[in-house]
Amino acid sequence: MTTSNPKRSQPLSPHIQIYRPQLTSVLSIANRISGIVLSLYAIVLVVWLVAAAAGPHAYSMIHVFMGSWAGRILLFGCTFSFFLHLCGGIRHLIWDAGFGFELRTIYASGWTVMLMSSALTIIAWIVSIVLAG
Amino acid sequence: MIIRSAEQVPRVTALKRFPIPRNLGVPPESRLEQGRTWPAPAGTARMKTFEIYRYDPDLAGNPRIDTFEVDLDACGPMVLDALFWIKNTVDSTLTFRRSCREGICGSCAMNIDGTNWLACTRFISDLGKPATIYPLANMRIIKDLVPDLTHAFAQYALVQPWLRSKTPPPERERLQFPEERSRLDGHYECILCFCCTSGCPSHWWNGDRFLGPAVLLQANRWLLDSRDEATGERLDELEDPFRLYRCHTILNCTRTCPKGLNPGKSIANIKTMLLERRT
Repeated sequence: MTTSNPKRSQPLSPHIQIYRPQLTSVLSIANRISGIVLSLYAIVLVVWLVAAAAGPHAYSMIHVFMGSWAGRILLFGCTFSFFLHLCGGIRHLIWDAGFGFELRTIYASGWTVMLMSSALTIIAWIVSIVLAG
Repeated sequence: MIIRSAEQVPRVTALKRFPIPRNLGVPPESRLEQGRTWPAPAGTARMKTFEIYRYDPDLAGNPRIDTFEVDLDACGPMVLDALFWIKNTVDSTLTFRRSCREGICGSCAMNIDGTNWLACTRFISDLGKPATIYPLANMRIIKDLVPDLTHAFAQYALVQPWLRSKTPPPERERLQFPEERSRLDGHYECILCFCCTSGCPSHWWNGDRFLGPAVLLQANRWLLDSRDEATGERLDELEDPFRLYRCHTILNCTRTCPKGLNPGKSIANIKTMLLERRT
């Protein structure tokens, strides 16, 4: 409570501006951001499918964009979001079952999610590049 | 690196804070400004720089960051010792809560180098260069490092943290098996320092209605107590999209608890109890 000046409201201490990013909070917000990215990616997929159904002229426009560097970087980001959200979602399901709340397990599962999603993204891209020829 | 217990400070961190502007989204009266620097006395062999949040309600002006150079040979090994050295020899207006100096009262909880911990149990040698000391995150500040815990304790009172019984009290003690008593382990040790609650991002965004990990840990303590007879009522009071279900298992609470408790696990237990009684 303020003493000499009751009209002065108490300031709020900084939170996200100064709090250390830790594996716990970073993976949690990454899960949410990858979910948002995937919702937008779903729209991109629909656009792609509609273009494919519309015929060769429409499809070639999408094809050119996706083949360009900007499109490839976008696709890489979407693939990484997909696998990150998938592995993070499995981690959440394990928590919902009641397992894995000890600090050591939280960190082990967190690093596993990071490694698995990176590895799966790279494997998916290598396989698709090889298949595409 | 796998963190085994909460007191481990990570050796290497990529980021000390999220790469956002210092005053992003901060209301005008809380915007941080640069304060003054207090250099170390001449002839200091081992010196460490501390950047400390300051705010004086009796003076005009916004909160600011003061830089203190501390003589490590003249104070003890803990952050609280450094704060006392500053208060005794440099600036006596530095204000902070303290009592037991052994990590059991919870008074000196503050944000040290980006994570919430007790100042009396954090070693100065574990800190970065410079060490940053802020009050507990997202709290109204009375002065310097002293947060206003009125709202936090009001949320605690909301879960009615006392024995609620319907049957008349027995002649002597209410008996309990050792197994039933062991269910309270990991809950009764909470010192109500509110490090976990002020480190929970969900409490930052919804702190007015979300109860927070400290309060929910105590709610679970009373749900698990075999002598308590109001389990159904307690679960009814907690089953609310904001009071309980703003918890998204971020688990910053378990990472930051200075007593090594696990609020995340307790909240999951409450959610499980709510789910089980539906079937």
